[in-house]
Amino acid sequence: MPPSPVPLFGRRSFLAGALGVSGGALAAEGPLQVPVWSREQGRGVASPGYGVPSSFERLARKPRTVPAFPGAASTSTPHQHLHGTITPNGLHFERHHGGVPAIDPGQHRLVVHGLVARPLILTMDDLVRFPSVSRLHFLECSGNTPAWQTTNPAWTVQDTHGLLSCAEWTGVELATLLDEVGVKPEASWLLAEGADAAAMTRSLPLSALDGAILAYAQNGEALRPEQGYPLRLFLPGLEGNLSIKWLRRIKLGDRPFQTREETSKYTDLMPDGTARQFTFTMEAKSVVTTPSGGHQLKEPGAYEISGLAWSGRGRITGVEVSVDGGASWRPAVLQEPVLSRCLTRFRLPWRWDGGPALIQSRATDETGYRQPTREALVAARGTNSIYHYNGVYGWQVAAGGSVRHVA
Amino acid sequence: MWRETVSRAAILAVCLIFAGPASADPLGPHRLGRPATPDAIAAWDIDVRPDGAGLPPGHGSVAEGRTVFAARCAACHGEAGQGGAADRLVGGQGTLASAKPVRTVGSFWPYATTLFDYVRRAMPFDAPQSLSDSEVYAVSAYLLHLNGIVPADAVLDAARLPAVAMPNRAGFVPDARPDMTTP
Repeated sequence: MPPSPVPLFGRRSFLAGALGVSGGALAAEGPLQVPVWSREQGRGVASPGYGVPSSFERLARKPRTVPAFPGAASTSTPHQHLHGTITPNGLHFERHHGGVPAIDPGQHRLVVHGLVARPLILTMDDLVRFPSVSRLHFLECSGNTPAWQTTNPAWTVQDTHGLLSCAEWTGVELATLLDEVGVKPEASWLLAEGADAAAMTRSLPLSALDGAILAYAQNGEALRPEQGYPLRLFLPGLEGNLSIKWLRRIKLGDRPFQTREETSKYTDLMPDGTARQFTFTMEAKSVVTTPSGGHQLKEPGAYEISGLAWSGRGRITGVEVSVDGGASWRPAVLQEPVLSRCLTRFRLPWRWDGGPALIQSRATDETGYRQPTREALVAARGTNSIYHYNGVYGWQVAAGGSVRHVA
Repeated sequence: MWRETVSRAAILAVCLIFAGPASADPLGPHRLGRPATPDAIAAWDIDVRPDGAGLPPGHGSVAEGRTVFAARCAACHGEAGQGGAADRLVGGQGTLASAKPVRTVGSFWPYATTLFDYVRRAMPFDAPQSLSDSEVYAVSAYLLHLNGIVPADAVLDAARLPAVAMPNRAGFVPDARPDMTTP
């Protein structure tokens, strides 16, 4: 069943006109009154000590489908209701394979061993004493956007692009720790392993570690449990599964370890039956978040088209927007600063004439790569890849103002 | 903190006495952490590679695996590994290039060692890391037998498991992207 249409701001019908209240609606409201919240004191400080959103906001992560195993599932970020580029910590997408462990940071340990000169066991107290860095990066599950084979007009951008979030990550550069243990010359890969019930493991070539962080903080506070508290690997621009959460062990080796997650999962099946392996990079991609699936435009007039663009290969250099199904494209304005391997907000003023409109976006990154059409993607990879779908995506505005996904 | 500082000083002193200052310093430039000796990390050092590195002692037969599977795995994966609430594990060979590929241990997984590694670290879902190493060998043998890869009398151990020939061993290729040009 399709979700009921929602306004562009908030969840309350009386706020629906924030971006487009009709003259008739204004007249119906009558003269402005002085509301009760202007005539009495509000609540005091520290109520609660850790602040929460307004009671008028009802944002939540949610799974696209009801999972068979709640601990081996995902929930997605509600981009249709968010602004800017930073994902609030409580709305960062989740993907777990063995649930969210409740780890006592005092008992957590990181082991670094294998082909190293000085194998070490480190406590969290040890780790926060190393030189640290803070960097803004997106994280995207390679299974984001389930559009290789299926489509559903009821999908919102949360359903189609919600396995994507962006945060400031703070921690120790992996390179710093590798210097500490002294990587032997014959080492060329490492294994990263989590302390969760899946003991999640992935292999990484040492050549793919540019900018890697052992992160213990997210947007200024300790990692949320769903994001790997107290310690995760964070690999900018690479498929999310590689950024091992609840990180407990790093082992240096001279070849890939061929774990379950890098053979039977997270590999991309091609039409000839072979599977591409170690497809790490998240290629350039974009999506319009306003207006998007499930939104309801109240009336013809002024709107802002807004969305997100990102690339695992560096900075976004341009985003083009079409409102006529790709017949013509106009450059959107990119919000500065445009950062490497980070979400970039784009915007374009738009006047809706009240008729049907097919809204799409396409991003280009600093390598010159431009986000492909669905047709180009399918021509190159068929429809069995499961992962790494980054095709141009469209939202159909109907004559009545309802917005739905179209393939 | 004080106790760790003392123990680090003691370690350093031992090194200076027995090895001299120029070799075998167990700590790095920041002098943080403690040495990860094989004994200290044995319970966590559980990864297994395709060449057999990391495989533990023990052994298991197809028949033993049938019993383990029925008790610990079949509720989610089906009595014969045909799938249920959890993944299908059996069949699908010859389907990977079709419109409806069926990815299973038999049709898709390139290494038998990966099966051992994954079962030992993450299964059964309701009690990970609760099977003995011999039980993991046994359930691996049973699943490989259900897929027609090893015979009914097979017994697997650290020497035999890496030698199992998986049907899709050659089915994986490196990342070929970017695989399209800007229109």
